[in-house]
Amino acid sequence: MDRRTELHRRERRRYMIGYGGSLLLTLVVFSIAYLFGIETRGVYLTIGLLGLAQLIVQLVYFLHIDRRRSSREDLDLILFSTLVLLIIILGTVWILGNLAIRMHVHPM
Amino acid sequence: MRRAPSHSYPGLNLGEDHASADKFSEVVTFGFWVFLMSDLVYFGLMFAIYITMIDAQAGGPGPHELFDLRSIFAQTLILLTSSLTVGLAMLALKYNLPRARIVLLFGVTLALGLSFLVLEIRDFMAIVDKGGIPQRSGFLSAFYGLVPLHGLHVAAGCLWLIVLGIQLRVMGLTDLLMSRVVRLALFWHFLDLIWIGIITIVYFGGLTYG
Repeated sequence: MDRRTELHRRERRRYMIGYGGSLLLTLVVFSIAYLFGIETRGVYLTIGLLGLAQLIVQLVYFLHIDRRRSSREDLDLILFSTLVLLIIILGTVWILGNLAIRMHVHPM
Repeated sequence: MRRAPSHSYPGLNLGEDHASADKFSEVVTFGFWVFLMSDLVYFGLMFAIYITMIDAQAGGPGPHELFDLRSIFAQTLILLTSSLTVGLAMLALKYNLPRARIVLLFGVTLALGLSFLVLEIRDFMAIVDKGGIPQRSGFLSAFYGLVPLHGLHVAAGCLWLIVLGIQLRVMGLTDLLMSRVVRLALFWHFLDLIWIGIITIVYFGGLTYG
């Protein structure tokens, strides 16, 4: 088997692993929602963690992002954007959530 | 086992078989990542607004009346599968597989992208029928700010796919087009990542906390 065929098989296998993993996680998430209902925080926490896991599976197997094989400077862009994003989202949710509690919007 | 070839930029790489295209891709792919990351920040803002607006239903219809999980499930499977086929199509181009295979894979990707859009538009129409229009409540404004934005990206991806298909037919497989196909695949995978966020936060989050 020549080198190109081998490389092709290896890359295709990565995609298949990513697809299989994502499919499995999707099925598990929707089965949980179907079987247990989506009312409690415990169920939602599980769904959230499974979603995060799927995000990581796709980043690694579809987008081929990992610390080892990518160039560091470009990865820094991705990590920095993620940091900015987390500050924006967590900051917004924290401040506005706090405001809502103080304004007695939430039935606390 | 042979060691995997090193990458010159993050994400999908063309590798040594396309050395000239790879060299060219290094700069534009970095630029494309800058675009994707700023797009990600935009989506992140819409997510943040949605999270703070979940309770702001103003007596209007909420997630329980509006969301149809079976349709969401179908859309999830369709988008996930299209993410696989666009990746396989890129590999088929990269490794010079027979032309029929390449056309098939791109065609399947386009068909899946379009069926995703059809299902999503049907969902929106059902939601509007139940009184869920953007101006009804803060929750619905946030919903319509976020989910159709993703749909618009998918529509743009489909258009891009069609244009690339025409270019490939007219110009043949040049370095420039090869590198464009890589960016299309990146874009498509990115949209699937956003969709995971949408099902987790918008749909499941809405049903839990709405």
